[in-house]
Parts: sequence; C-alpha cells; structure tokens
Amino acid sequence: MDMKPTRDGFGEGLMELGKTHPNVVALSGDLEDSARAHWFKKQYPDRFFSVGIAEQDMIGTAAGFAMAGKVPFACSFAQFVTGKTLEQLRMAVCYQKLNVKIVGSHGGLSVGADGATAEALEEFTHMRSLPGMAVIAPCDSLEAKRATIAAADYPGPVFLRLGRAPAPMITKESEPYIIGKSVLMRKGGDVTLIACGLMVEHSLEAAESLHKEGIDARVINMHTIKPIDKDAIVAAAKETGALVTVEEHTVLGGLGGAVAEVVVQNQPVPMRFVGIQDRFGTSGDPKELLKHFKLMPADIAVAVRDVLRVKPNGAAARR
Amino acid sequence: MSARPSIESLQATALELRRAILTMLNKAGSGHPGGSLSMVEILTALYWYKLRHDPKRPDWPDRDIFLLSKGHGCPALYTVLAYQGYFPKEELATLRKFPTRLQGHPERGSLPGIEMSAGSLGQGLSIANGIALADRMDGRKRRIFCLMGDGEIQEGQVWEAAMTSHHHHLDSVCAIIDANQLQQNGPVKQIQDIEPLADKWRSFGFHTIEINGHNPNEVVNALDEAEKVKGKPQAIVARTVKGKGVSFMELNHAWHGVAPNAEELKKALDGLQVVNA
Repeated sequence: MDMKPTRDGFGEGLMELGKTHPNVVALSGDLEDSARAHWFKKQYPDRFFSVGIAEQDMIGTAAGFAMAGKVPFACSFAQFVTGKTLEQLRMAVCYQKLNVKIVGSHGGLSVGADGATAEALEEFTHMRSLPGMAVIAPCDSLEAKRATIAAADYPGPVFLRLGRAPAPMITKESEPYIIGKSVLMRKGGDVTLIACGLMVEHSLEAAESLHKEGIDARVINMHTIKPIDKDAIVAAAKETGALVTVEEHTVLGGLGGAVAEVVVQNQPVPMRFVGIQDRFGTSGDPKELLKHFKLMPADIAVAVRDVLRVKPNGAAARR
Repeated sequence: MSARPSIESLQATALELRRAILTMLNKAGSGHPGGSLSMVEILTALYWYKLRHDPKRPDWPDRDIFLLSKGHGCPALYTVLAYQGYFPKEELATLRKFPTRLQGHPERGSLPGIEMSAGSLGQGLSIANGIALADRMDGRKRRIFCLMGDGEIQEGQVWEAAMTSHHHHLDSVCAIIDANQLQQNGPVKQIQDIEPLADKWRSFGFHTIEINGHNPNEVVNALDEAEKVKGKPQAIVARTVKGKGVSFMELNHAWHGVAPNAEELKKALDGLQVVNA
C-alpha cells in the first residue's frame, strides 16, 4: 500500500490553495518544515510569515490577518499550537468568530522518539470544547489534502490534526469529502467501529480479522470530530447495536466522548473506548508505542468482543 | 484625521467623558473606573484628532484601527464611541446589563466601532501586527493603534508580539501604554516591576516617546511624531494616574474594579474639573 504521512497531504493542499486562494497565508512557529508548510514558504515567500518560537503571538497574528480579510493557516506541532495557545484560540479566534485555520502536525503517539512532550494526546478534547471550533483528523494524506482545501472554504475556525508517521492510503478520490460528513469504510451489522486518523486503518484490519470469527464490523471514518456526523452515529447504533470508538488520543473527551454524547441522548447502546487511558506518551518506535498503548488491530478486536458480550441479543450470543 | 483641535476643546471633551464614564459605572453597579479614567486624554486625542474614522461607516475598509487591549477599560471606549455617534448615548446606561451590546469586556461585532474582543490581557499587539502584515500585502495605508495597560504588559505575549512588530518593521503599528501605575492588587512597582519602561520598548526596536498622558498637547504631539516614523513600530509610554480626575480614586488600587455607589458618584461628579496636567 502507498504510504505517506498526513502532514504531507496538508503541505500539498496548502500548495494547491496557494494557486487557487490568493487570500490564504501561512504562519509558523519555526516548525514549517515539520508541518510541511515549507513547500508553500518556498513557492509563496510573500505569503508566509514566521513569528519565531512564539505560538501565542502566532495565533494573535493569525487573528489579525483574518480580521483584515485573509485566511491564515497557523502551523506548529499539534501539542504547542493547541496547548500553549488555548486562551488565544478562545478569545482572539473563537470569540471573534474568525476564519483562522489551526494546523497541528505530530499529533498522537506516532511521533515516536521525541517522547511525551511532543506527543499530542489531548487536543481533540481541548479544541472541541471551544465554541465554534471545527476539529478534523484526516486518516491518510489524500484526505489531509482534501481537508486542507475544504478548511479554506469552511467559514470559521478549524483545527486540523496531522500525523508524522507514514499512513497507508485508504481513501479514494472518487468518494466525496465533506467536512462533518463521515465516510463508511466497511459495511457490517454486528458492531460499528468509529475511528479517525491512523486508527481508521487499524480498525479496518481489526474488522478483517473479526470477520474470520464471524463478526461483521462496520467501520466509519469519522474524520470530523466536530461538528460530528450525528446521523451516521445514530444509524450505526440502531443498526448494529454496539459501538467501539478508536483514536490515537486520550479517551477522555475526544472522539469517543463526542460519539458517546450523541449515543446516550439518541440511541443508547453499549460502547467501548479504544485510546490512551489517562496517561502520557513515551519515547519509542511508533509501532512499538501503538502496541504498548494498546492501539493495534488486535486490541481493537478485544474491545469489540468485550462490547458484544453486553450487547442485547449480541452477535456473540447469537452464535 | 481632523484638524488639530484646541487644547481647551479636548479638555472640555475629556471632562464630559469622565462624567459619563462615572455615571454609567454607577448605573452598571460594577466595572473598572480606575483604568477607564486614566486613558481619557489618550482616547480623546485619538478619536477627536488622530484617527481616520467615520462613525457612520464603522466598516470603512481604509479606516484606522484602534484596538483596546486592556479590555477592562471599555467604559471609556464605549463612552467615546457614543459621543462620536457610533450608537445612541442612552445605550451607555445598559452597560453590563442583560441583554446588552455593552458587554463587561468588549465583544467584536456586538457594537459599532468595537474592533476587537478583549478582556484576556496581552493579546492586542499580536492582532495589530497581523492586521499590519495583511495591510502591507494589500498595499493598504492606515495606522493601527493598540492601547495596553502597564500591568497588562507583564503578559509574555506582549513581548513576543513586540519582537514581531520589530522584526517585520511594522511602522503602521503604534503601541500606547497607559502607564497608570497600579494594577488590581496594588502598585505595579510592588507586584512585578516593569521599569524601565521606555528603555524596554526602545530595546525591542520601537521608536519610543514618553509623555504625560493627561496633557492633551503632549498626547497629540506624540501621535503626530509617531506617524512620521518610517521602518519602525512606535511606542508611546503615557505616564498617567489611575482614577484620574476623581480625588478619592486617584492612585488607589481599591478603585480598579469597583463602581461608585450613588453617594460616591455625587462626590465624584461634584469634584470633577478640567484636568490640568
């Protein structure tokens, strides 16, 4: 399978926007190479601005650009661009309803060797709580490119979460990409896996192995965590009766939390949450870390079997 | 920009504004008199002289931009905007009362003339820089003023932004410091000394002008001088007195965030006179 990090897709999308959207500008806190905004910097030097290692100032400056009619993409590591800047994002960007795009590369554990301080694991929770902020986590580089382009035309603030590790290409150009509209990756009636980012592919692998056990798992690519695709979640709960969310992120308030908020109010069914269990990351090889923190396809399968044990008239009971 | 007004007319306007600020704060029952009263002469010189603005066209694309970074001083800004005709003066009585366009701290878009939401300190200068950089791309010539408090500049983001203004040679950006000497819990000097203030801005690459911020002549001259500077951002360090004009509020940090009651209002208004700085 073709492998490419989602950050590369962002870099390509930004290059595309350079051509089509003269109002798009990029800002960076000295991490444009890591975020792949350096291609845009080279091509459009007059539309690229470094603010030095100063994320709070970067967000404020981006807000100023937006107030003057530009569409700024502010880039850094996901941890720094959301963690150091929560107050700036809240007042200068969201409260002012500005068209600022926040781009966080190096999201999740798959940063690997740099360890806990660079491994963003809480951004969905933080960003999701800000009024008006859209939250997007693409699963492959094509989707990242399309999300970047879509974000430029999406009114209001958007947070894009990107990964550093190469991700297998699993989406298709022929499928439409719409912010807020999830993508059905695999049909199934026994249980639904709802995933984002790198975990979409892991969920597909898990579904494949579960199929051999006679469990038919639906897989949904929930690339937009906010605004969340409520219809797809309610339908999945109704039709499959059990859900497992999968994210390279804390289980506290992220994708799992967003899905659960829809489920408990509309169609309560048993759920399990695959993600980071209230812990920090650590240094290591990305694959090794995903294994250690139980984010591999086998771990997802364990969660599926577990939720099916409590599903009323579940697949396990039926067999 | 208007013709240079007489000092007497600026002083008379300032007196009228102080009266209105105190009255609206009393009506609201809460708010920040000290930091509102200290910046009256600065706002008067800006809105009655320096700013290119049009109350009938608050969205005029070529208008100069005034950013109130010390958002708690908004009673003064609201009063100025009302007296300039951005909205009816009667509305000043709705400050902080639900439902109102006059929020406890300013909200962009809620009221004509409010350029920026503020209240969380230290963010205005970054925003000024962003506007200035976008203007440069678009070839738009206008001035961007950012008014900060002396306590406010303890925020680290202010100095990140100062480096950005300097690095990009943003000569359309003019920072104004309302150095009124006090913050919520006491004298700035005691809580976290920020002196030498003018030297700090100078060392960050700003053309720095230090003035008595209650002397209309000095404020007007500083704004004129700043506008002539090329290739450098400017900082006007306005030495002011928190609570200026009301004897019992002056340099008393207890009046940072407390509104006058009816008796205190009467005493304050009775004692108000033209500020001679």
